[in-house]
Amino acid sequence: MSNRAKHWEKTKGQMIVTLLLWFFFGYVIFMFGESINSASFLGYPLAYYMCAQGSLLAFVVILFWSANKQEKIDEEFGFNTGEDD
Amino acid sequence: MFKGKFIDNLPKIYGTYTGGFLIFIILMAIAEQAGMTKETIGILFVAFTVGIYAFIGWLSRTVQVDAYYVAGRTVPTVFNGMATAADWMSGASFVAMAGGIYFGGYTYMAFLVGWTGGYILVSSLLAPYLRKFGCYTVPDFIGTRYGGNLARFCAVVVLTLASFTYVTAQINATGTIAARALQIPFELGVWVGLVSILLCSMLGGMRAVTWTQVAQYIVLITAYLIPVFWISTRGGYGFFPHLMLGEEVARLGELEAQFGLVKNAAADIKAAGVPGGLKSISLPHAGVPEGGMAAWKFISLALCMMVGTASLPHILMRYFTTPSVKAARKSVAWSLFFIFLLYSSAPMLATLSKLSLMDPTLPTGIIGKEISAVMAIDWVSAWTAQKQAFIADFNGDGILQLNEWFMRGDVVVLSTPEVAGLPYVISGLVAAGGMAAAMSTADGLVLAIANALSHDIYFKMVDPKADVRKRLIVARVLLVIIGAAGAYIASMRITSILGAVAWAFDFAMSGLFFPLVLGVWWKRATRQGAIAGMIAGLGSGTAYLIYVYPKFMGNPAWLGIDHLRFGIIGASVCLVVMVVVSLMTPEPDSATQKMVDELRVPSGKTILGKQH
Repeated sequence: MSNRAKHWEKTKGQMIVTLLLWFFFGYVIFMFGESINSASFLGYPLAYYMCAQGSLLAFVVILFWSANKQEKIDEEFGFNTGEDD
Repeated sequence: MFKGKFIDNLPKIYGTYTGGFLIFIILMAIAEQAGMTKETIGILFVAFTVGIYAFIGWLSRTVQVDAYYVAGRTVPTVFNGMATAADWMSGASFVAMAGGIYFGGYTYMAFLVGWTGGYILVSSLLAPYLRKFGCYTVPDFIGTRYGGNLARFCAVVVLTLASFTYVTAQINATGTIAARALQIPFELGVWVGLVSILLCSMLGGMRAVTWTQVAQYIVLITAYLIPVFWISTRGGYGFFPHLMLGEEVARLGELEAQFGLVKNAAADIKAAGVPGGLKSISLPHAGVPEGGMAAWKFISLALCMMVGTASLPHILMRYFTTPSVKAARKSVAWSLFFIFLLYSSAPMLATLSKLSLMDPTLPTGIIGKEISAVMAIDWVSAWTAQKQAFIADFNGDGILQLNEWFMRGDVVVLSTPEVAGLPYVISGLVAAGGMAAAMSTADGLVLAIANALSHDIYFKMVDPKADVRKRLIVARVLLVIIGAAGAYIASMRITSILGAVAWAFDFAMSGLFFPLVLGVWWKRATRQGAIAGMIAGLGSGTAYLIYVYPKFMGNPAWLGIDHLRFGIIGASVCLVVMVVVSLMTPEPDSATQKMVDELRVPSGKTILGKQH
């Protein structure tokens, strides 16, 4: 397998992992909104907290994590773009 | 004078700007104490901020194609994040979101999840690849990847329909705020709003819009956060409301149980003469509605908003302006961070303002008190006179019940500083923030439409030999025409039949999501497949909208897919048609396949040239 093909395989894998996390925080939690709402976090009902703040924060963290991870993959195969901003 | 060094000096420039803005707020506060009238403060806030945006717009004027279309691809990650956040958060997010949570509680908050989660799709499926492609507009990608003018044209149609649905609402919002702050009629306010929008974008295109959007983000986030933190601290709810309002949310639950959540019958509302657009609280604030259907409605709305986010061209094109592919990816993360700052504050604002009205033990509480006493409160009589609030004594007991208090959603944000007893300078600040939010989104949308028409229709199809000067003149003329068309429709006050902002997301996802994503991720996707997908997706989505929307045919929604969620139908049809037709047609030629391979490699030259 060529360098490019390997890079694309890893990139695809990273995309799938990111979307699984996205699916969990965006959908799975709210499928069970009714049952998790009796639990509490910081004093808020859990389902309310997740849609007011929790999932939103999770999305931000996932984005930074995933961007860093993808940068590492790019560097591993020598595709880093160099610019540091 | 402005290039090169300008980019290095950005933190200093915007730091000075932020400091200057804070000093301006303090000066206004002093002027208020010295006896300056509310009207003057309102006018100064709006005039001062809009003046600054216009100045930035003038400084950023350009005669270069790549500066006009993609800001020269030099916008640093964090600043592009701020600009995207301003581009994204519309007048609706700023003014109506807290109001939506106020009335809809948990059910409405599906929008919060939907309007943030979409950025994960943007980052992992599209933004880096479109940046590598090096296109000027979104149809530019479709047109080059699939080849041929028909594919390009279909993409322009979807883009125009989705963005135009959105832009009239934005111009409407700038008109409302300008009218209120400058004390002029709404019809005039709309045109004042339009002129302000064009001042920001006309001379410098994307470059000017970028730098004004950063300035607008700073104003809107300041205007949103100051009241939230101030009210929370002053009311003794905690200095950091996001982490400390657990008890208040629980208290709202108790009050809901005490007063009862009653959904008024439509006939009663009509008989009492409640003005249109006003609502009463009938849904629990933090309670999750029972049953699988309610859960499905929550996640299906979130799904539409997320997929729509990843298909809206005015957002995607912001990531064409970063220096590299890596920077585009990071920039998406920063965008969502800046959006998160406002979105996570909206539920807190809704909680605080709801509590201050509902809790009879607080001096600001009005529910459960005598109607005659409530009507005598200054802000109640002011908003009632403007038909923004209404009291209907359904049971005739002279006491204000929860279901007897009606209010327009927008009023929640606009009136909260006043209701909580903050100085008027905060209300002026909020008006400036709302104006910034509506203007920045309108700018992005008008530019997205005008750029698609000038680059994809005029330059690529009508006159490919046009020189740079002619192209930029056409681009600017189109900008004025699109803006004027939006303002004209907004001034006719027919927005109620134009439908919801959510429709823009549904239109975009119906026609564009799969052609964009499969263009990157599936080499086998063919021109015929993409064209058939766009036509079938947009067609079926629109047909379903007409079938289900109460003001059109009004048929019962199938599986809970109502007019806010019609994109689910459109996008599914688009996917199936696109895959089937692609497999039936011969696979793309080797040049196209090579282009897709090249697209997936983050380093190296863009696929389209610097000037094209």
